[in-house]
Amino acid sequence: MPGVANVPGRPSAIGRIGAPRRLRVLLGLSFFLLASCSGQLSALDPAGPGAARIARLWWLLFWVATVAFASVLGLIAFALRRARRDVTPDIDTEPVAWGDRFIGIAGVAVPVVILLGGFVYSLDQMNALATGDADDPGLEIEIVAHNWWWEVRYPNGAVTANEIHIPTGERIRLRLTTADVIHSFWVPRLQAKMDHVPGLENEMWLQADEPGTYRGQCAEFCGLQHAHMAFFVEAQPPGDFQAWYDGQASVASEPEDPSAERGLVVFLSSSCVGCHAIGGTEATATTGPDLTHLASRRTLFAGRLPNTRQNLESIIVDPQHVKPGVGMPPTEMGAADLAALLDYLEALD
Amino acid sequence: MATSAAAEKLHAIWHDRPGLAGWASTVDHKRIGMRYLHTGMLFLVAGGIESLLIRMQLADAQLDILDPETYNQIFTMHGITMMFLFAMPVLSGFGNYFVPLMIGARDMAFPRLNAFGYWVFLASGIFMYSSFLIGRAPNAGWFNYPPLADADFAPGLNIDFYTLGLIFMGISTTGGAINFIVTILKMRAPGMTLNRIPIFVWGELAMSFQIVFALPALALANVMLQLERRFGFHFFSQGDGGDPLLWQHLFWIFGHPEVYIIALPAFGIVSAIVPTWSRRRIVGYTWIVVAELATALIGFGVWVHHMFATGIPQITLSFISLASFMIAIPSGVQVFAWLATLIAGRPVLRTPMLYVLGFIVTFVIGGVTGVMFASVPFDQQVHDSMFVVAHLHYVLVGGALFPIFGALYHWLPKMTGRMLSEGLGKLSFWLTFVGFNLSMFPLHILGLLGQPRRTYTYQEGLGWEPYNLISTIGTFILAAGLLVTFYNWYASLRRGAPAGDDPWRGETLEWATSSPPPHHNFDHIPTVRSREPSWDQPELAGGAQPVEEGGHPLTDGHITLSTSVLDARPQAVVHMPHSTPWPLYLTVALAILFTGMLVSSVGVIAVGAVAGTVALFGWFWPRGETQES
Repeated sequence: MPGVANVPGRPSAIGRIGAPRRLRVLLGLSFFLLASCSGQLSALDPAGPGAARIARLWWLLFWVATVAFASVLGLIAFALRRARRDVTPDIDTEPVAWGDRFIGIAGVAVPVVILLGGFVYSLDQMNALATGDADDPGLEIEIVAHNWWWEVRYPNGAVTANEIHIPTGERIRLRLTTADVIHSFWVPRLQAKMDHVPGLENEMWLQADEPGTYRGQCAEFCGLQHAHMAFFVEAQPPGDFQAWYDGQASVASEPEDPSAERGLVVFLSSSCVGCHAIGGTEATATTGPDLTHLASRRTLFAGRLPNTRQNLESIIVDPQHVKPGVGMPPTEMGAADLAALLDYLEALD
Repeated sequence: MATSAAAEKLHAIWHDRPGLAGWASTVDHKRIGMRYLHTGMLFLVAGGIESLLIRMQLADAQLDILDPETYNQIFTMHGITMMFLFAMPVLSGFGNYFVPLMIGARDMAFPRLNAFGYWVFLASGIFMYSSFLIGRAPNAGWFNYPPLADADFAPGLNIDFYTLGLIFMGISTTGGAINFIVTILKMRAPGMTLNRIPIFVWGELAMSFQIVFALPALALANVMLQLERRFGFHFFSQGDGGDPLLWQHLFWIFGHPEVYIIALPAFGIVSAIVPTWSRRRIVGYTWIVVAELATALIGFGVWVHHMFATGIPQITLSFISLASFMIAIPSGVQVFAWLATLIAGRPVLRTPMLYVLGFIVTFVIGGVTGVMFASVPFDQQVHDSMFVVAHLHYVLVGGALFPIFGALYHWLPKMTGRMLSEGLGKLSFWLTFVGFNLSMFPLHILGLLGQPRRTYTYQEGLGWEPYNLISTIGTFILAAGLLVTFYNWYASLRRGAPAGDDPWRGETLEWATSSPPPHHNFDHIPTVRSREPSWDQPELAGGAQPVEEGGHPLTDGHITLSTSVLDARPQAVVHMPHSTPWPLYLTVALAILFTGMLVSSVGVIAVGAVAGTVALFGWFWPRGETQES
């Protein structure tokens, strides 16, 4: 398993949805151990200095644990050399002269040394992971966790949902808060997790070395749709990131064709406007995700579905089927209105 | 065995009335222990069915066997069931049955409290399971974190079943623990000094002290949460000074010792099986006893490692990290003491020994991954992932289920007087062992691959499907293994060979009396001169140590001996309370009271309170029984 780290050219999350499942199951079975280090959320396939440090720590812990376990197995095998199948009345009453020394060395002395070493090393790693903020204040992003999606607020006013764009090679500071219950922010390939706790403002940092999409998800049980509370960290070269960053701060593009114009009217006159904001329009509600640049996002409903016209339609018409318990109510509208609304939403890039 | 005149007289004094009246009023620790065992096993079946449902739902991505709400109820009840309704009661059951036998007493110190403890456990279990009847089982996890468990986010009765049910159950657990402590410290046979107490009994004692100190935190937290849900208090909700982390502290101050509350008596079982089945006195007796007590103590200093990702200051994390590394040592000491005994002895490879070996293998895997969680950065990476699910099942299934099933094969012949099938025992062990490892080992990998726990489903294409499928298959194999033992148990009652007093030539006192033991346990309460009395004092066989060797017939009434705490010198002849149905009546009254609180009905609460008061008067009403002789 070691040494499989950093497989380049990983396909994006969306591209992999829909591959023939049975085939993957068979392949997965045959590569049971070999393939186990890679994966979109593999903590053992780090893509940033935080997760890399923890992956090194894991391999150390793994080998120490393996040696300890193998020693116990060896002692059991040794003990069974005189194993027998039936109870006999005789009892070996001779005192075990080496017993105390054996327990003292194998059960106390050796473990104390190993455990203290592990403690000191992991304390050092904990400090290394925590410090380093002072020299580079960098970009600071506020992440507000909601049932069951992620609100992402940038210093320049850009607000997005379930997608966190960051420049590569830079240490990004995150401020974690929650709008309702406890959630936990986890991008296994980049960094250890941190909770969003009501009434607290927790901080952590994130750094990706290479451009790419890194999947994350809520790790703290938060109710009905804890399972569908994913997000994506989109690491871009600094130039690309700056272009995206400036673009996201702008208001929504004006509808360019009559259907999209009608779609905006539909949006503003339907229940959508009660929860969602679109920059530059009268829609300013903040209960649900900001839709100003909806079309630029990869997924809908916090990673639940790829962002396609068909999926957008299904979550407007019947959201409770896609994600039971989600806060969004179903919306009934005529086919023409719906088509217009979709035209408008699909143009919000 | 009951042939001598003394035995007949004792039988007349100690036996239960026949029929329903005897069933409802018995205070015999053996009948009560057996009830704990039977009821706990029924809850194991319930919790097992829940685990099969969970694993079926997770066998592949985006399955639709359980809807999200049902899934949340099922996984919550699975945790509650396995901890509170299976592991703790079954281990209490073995303790109830064997502690008085192992220490040479005629019953527990407080037999009526003992009966009450069982009835309350049963009633609180039924109380919590009745939530399924209205589709409102607890659904916020066994850890039940507010604000998710607050009225805002959980408006139904689900969480009220949890809070009230656990407070109700705590009465049983706390009473039982106090009973064990007094029994073990004051009721030992003459000569059973502290350093001759069987290690299984030490395990029950360490567990009981942990319960007495840990349970109040859970009860307090649940009272506070109930006040918050029903009366608008703000202990845990943000605003007005409430803090959701307060619940986590209170819960884990209970919740981490809870792991050892289950593990310590299970380790005690292992220490009971290993010498008998190695034909060797246990090596490192003092090491093991000190290790059990150290675990009970250090276990109170590691709770924050369940909260490493909540944003707690680094300095706090450092202390807890150190304690969490160090708590591995007492467990390691015990493992190496067992290994030393196996190496010095000649292990007999029959079913109880197989379960012990299976226990050592699985528990050591759970132990080494437990040490990994002491490391703060690694914990923060895999916390709340499937890796934790794998770890905790290796600790609890490895550390409790395997010893419990080993104990069934070791002790059922004593309890029922019938031998189990060795072939079925081996089959059951191998199915259980292979099934368990198939079901839980892949979850380590899934956690490292980023699969969070407590999700009702997962997205396709993340590489998680094959491991989940293997885990599901393994769970079914595990379930088959457990069923084989249940069948073996049942079949032994129908056509098992008679066991005789001492089929395994065991070292502790329970092997000196008949199988099953008489109501009064021993015709003569023995005088103990060894740590392994049944090996070193052949005159004990038959349960009637001759008076000239130190046996105490005590046939003049419903009496037993009380001895001093340290060196077990006889101090007093104690009159034991007779059987009575009042503990059952008090339990019914409490069940009415808690149901009243559940449905917020002052009338029902009043009925329960009045009935409870009447029951207490009935219980304690003096009936002119002799007080001293």
